Amino acid sequence: MAKVVEGLYYAKTDEWAKVEGDTATVGITDYAQDQLGDIVYVEEAEVGKKVKKGEAVISIESVKTAADIHAPVSGEIIEVNKEVVDNPSIVNEDPFGKGWLFKIKMENKEDLNDLMDAKGYSEYRK
Amino acid sequence: MQRDTASIENNMKYIPLTEEDKRKMSEEMGITSISSLFSDIPEEILLKRKLNLPPALSEKEIVSLIKRTFKENDLTERIFLGGGAYFHFIPSTINYLLERGEIYTSYTPYQPEMSQGLLQAMFEFQSVMSDLTHADITNASMYDGASALAEAILMGERINKKGKVVLPKNLNPQYREVIETYLKPRNIEIIDIGFTEEGRIDIEKLKSILKEEVSSVVVQSPNYFGVIEDLNKLGKIIKDSGALFILSIIEALSLGIIKPPFDFGVDILAMEGQSFGMPLSFGGPYLGILQTKKEYVRQIPGRIVGETVDKNGKRCFVMTLRPREQDIRREKATSNICSNHALKALVALVYLATVGPIGFKKIAEINYKKAHYLAKRFNDEGFKLTFSGPFFNEFAVNLPFDENELREKLSLVDIYGGIPIEGYKNSFLFSVTEMNSLEDIELLMCAILEG
Amino acid sequence: MKLLKELSKKGSNKFFIEDFNRYDIKVELDKNLLRDEVELPDINEVTLIRHIINLSHRNYGVDNGFYPLGSCTMKYNPKISEEIARREEFLYMHPLLPEDMVQGNLKIMWELSEYLKEITGMDAFSLQPAAGAHGEYTGMRIIWEYFKDRGEERSEVIVPDSAHGTNPASSAMVGFKVIEIPSKNGIVDPEELRKVVTDKTAAFMLTNPNTLGLFERDILKISKILKEKGALLYYDGANLNALLGIVRPGDMGFDIVHLNLHKTFSTPHGGGGPGAGPVGVKDFLKDYLPYPVVEKEDERFTFKKPEKSIGRVRSFYGNFTVLLKAYIYIRLMGPEGLRKVSETAVLNANYIKEKLKKYYPPLVDTVYKHECVLSGKPYKKYGVKTFDIAKRLMDYGFHPPTVYFPHIVEEALMIEPTETETKETIDEFIDAMIKISKEAKENPKILKESPHTTEISRPDEVKAVKEMKLKW
Repeated sequence: MAKVVEGLYYAKTDEWAKVEGDTATVGITDYAQDQLGDIVYVEEAEVGKKVKKGEAVISIESVKTAADIHAPVSGEIIEVNKEVVDNPSIVNEDPFGKGWLFKIKMENKEDLNDLMDAKGYSEYRK
Repeated sequence: MQRDTASIENNMKYIPLTEEDKRKMSEEMGITSISSLFSDIPEEILLKRKLNLPPALSEKEIVSLIKRTFKENDLTERIFLGGGAYFHFIPSTINYLLERGEIYTSYTPYQPEMSQGLLQAMFEFQSVMSDLTHADITNASMYDGASALAEAILMGERINKKGKVVLPKNLNPQYREVIETYLKPRNIEIIDIGFTEEGRIDIEKLKSILKEEVSSVVVQSPNYFGVIEDLNKLGKIIKDSGALFILSIIEALSLGIIKPPFDFGVDILAMEGQSFGMPLSFGGPYLGILQTKKEYVRQIPGRIVGETVDKNGKRCFVMTLRPREQDIRREKATSNICSNHALKALVALVYLATVGPIGFKKIAEINYKKAHYLAKRFNDEGFKLTFSGPFFNEFAVNLPFDENELREKLSLVDIYGGIPIEGYKNSFLFSVTEMNSLEDIELLMCAILEG
Repeated sequence: MKLLKELSKKGSNKFFIEDFNRYDIKVELDKNLLRDEVELPDINEVTLIRHIINLSHRNYGVDNGFYPLGSCTMKYNPKISEEIARREEFLYMHPLLPEDMVQGNLKIMWELSEYLKEITGMDAFSLQPAAGAHGEYTGMRIIWEYFKDRGEERSEVIVPDSAHGTNPASSAMVGFKVIEIPSKNGIVDPEELRKVVTDKTAAFMLTNPNTLGLFERDILKISKILKEKGALLYYDGANLNALLGIVRPGDMGFDIVHLNLHKTFSTPHGGGGPGAGPVGVKDFLKDYLPYPVVEKEDERFTFKKPEKSIGRVRSFYGNFTVLLKAYIYIRLMGPEGLRKVSETAVLNANYIKEKLKKYYPPLVDTVYKHECVLSGKPYKKYGVKTFDIAKRLMDYGFHPPTVYFPHIVEEALMIEPTETETKETIDEFIDAMIKISKEAKENPKILKESPHTTEISRPDEVKAVKEMKLKW
């Protein structure tokens, strides 16, 4: 059974967001990394880029497939996790922790209302 | 044409099932007629007549037909024609490859365990081509030099998204047209750069154009006039501007005398590989060769073969970096390309392995020397070359005739050559290769001087 | 097996072309441009020939055995076509020779266009595109030009979720936005289509029979929905092997088609190519075809540029020797022969479906056309995937079918036998598939570790990407 972490916000497109102040740290869920298989490439997001909620920010590749990673909230990319770019398998190993992808400075906290909580996401991806 | 019998055998070529087979199969399937298998097709669209096509021919008859049809051609072996396709010697090793049914009747190597022959050969092709031009990456082929160049420009735009490309006016006109077709719906602006009386890109003008940001600068060398561009200078200027340097090469044999292009700072190389062992065959199939630097690997279209090991640690080859391709990425793919020109890539590999490092250079030198010999003969007889820039095996010369007069003169000695250059009255492109003999060159000159 | 580089030894290559000491001309070029050495493998012809043989022995084509790759139509390639294409005159048949010197070639191109028009029910053809996807691009590019010419802003193209990846990719290359609609029971649901067709729709791209091998029986309804909004209907001809002489895309309401000559018309697949992807259109689009097209005036054949031509999609006129082989195939088969091709292809595919359906269930148990998509889903509970079934098939001496496509069928196995197989071969394939289904239950390990009989087994594709060794 795929792991789901409490206290995070979840998008239908399998991203999670951890909110601290007005910063959202974004990654993909355990379900998503399992679906992808061995991840071999993580595109580096552009710091300073303005993104809209639901917009594809970067792509992640495994051997047989590629997936777009979407911004769960609107805002500006303020930090990028270079570790996963250099070592993509971290996303498979620790999707909720060391496998974070990028941080967004949120434009509008109300965006969070459209996301699910851990329980909601568990139901959704049962 | 009436046939006296139904000649069922003639209509059923390559369909091994016998009537007995069909009967057994239908019985096992529980159907009484084959037409029931088409019962889901709306009645009103079914074709209710026989296709209006000529009746089936036997193998013997098709051979006669083709012979007769080709007699309607009026070809000569004595051609001095270039303009995008070149007449070169094809060694016998190539037909040896092309007769191997295991290779030519296979398809995309989706199942690597059954396709190691093809996969290794493609890996060798990629390697040999990369060594030749000092590219980091070569893909497993495109259709031809022109469409490869169009895709190179689209690739450049994906990389830096600047919306503008600089095209030289001395680009092969067909290549120009292909680029225009591909670019028109894509909001990529074309900025033209002219050339000097050398026939080379006007470098001073290019410097001023590059004061604004563009995605890429396309250079073709040898260009349409056969002139070799100053890749060294161009490389520096383009690099300083921050634009991508896209090089197009049509006469691939020129690599025998010109330095590996990636040494000049080329970012993407789109080449036509026809000169590497492919017959002229009226324009195709030829070979598009697309190459780039390591940092752009995820933007290059087309299939790529990589080396790996199997579950037992044995070296083997697979298609790799697949998420760039259409079957995985669909509308987000780097290109729509699926079938490529794989067999032609193998031909190029065999050609290069046949002629070897010294042979390749020698063939290139013969081309250069014979072409310069013809040019010298023209000069000696008072005909000036149109452009003063250095050339490889093709050049433009001013002659005091029009296209028809020239053709008439040459046909008297069963020679065909001299492509008229649009916009240049009385200027004709002549290509000379290892296939043109000294005697033919003299005959050409005689015919021109006659009358 | 060694690589050419590993076989290389300085001085081994003894290739000689000719003496050229008669020309006392030196190669003079700016030293910044002049090359010193050329890096190429240095091997002898003997070594090269053996290398070619070794490569061949490690490859499997239709000439080796059954090759049921769905949607690729791996049928037998007539050897007479290969022989004809090796005629000496192809060596010096330059594409820039004047028309009057190549009337034979132009005649072949013109006649081929006429045959393709008749077979598809279309009004005009371009033979220029070099592959199916290239034909799709050309077709979509024509559609773009057509609407631009009419001053209509149509930015969207619709494809079914079963579409081959080249469909959305080709549309995107032209700059269209792609909208995907869900299939129902494996075929297009006209109501889903109706929801998304607007006056922003340029076209709907459809393969018929579709990628599951099912005939899109609502095709007339589909055509009507599009016509009502002024949108066009594009035919992906990859699966035409099911319909020759039976029904024509032009009669189904399609406005524009592309064909895959290396599939339906039996030109060799070449390990990936070259093929050819001619594009056929109805009259109202013929002015937009790429140029040149071949026309007949009295008894002469000539190149023409259509009035509103989109331009060129490649250099010169097309993959001529591929076009010639398709021409030869059509002349060899004749009208009755072509119809027999499709009838037999459809018989063979349905026979396989009937015999295997209880082991590998299809999405829908109905009549298929020239291919059927079955599923390896029942074996998941034994830890066996379609991937493993495919690998095990190799131990039985067969090339596997297409796997994991179309995406709408779970653990898909797309089987296209074609018409050029004996009943014995087809029965052997069926037997093998049945045996494998038993092995999946009784001995899944043997599947998960297969193939056992090939020289290499289960390449590490993750390592291939991570280490990215793309040249030696």
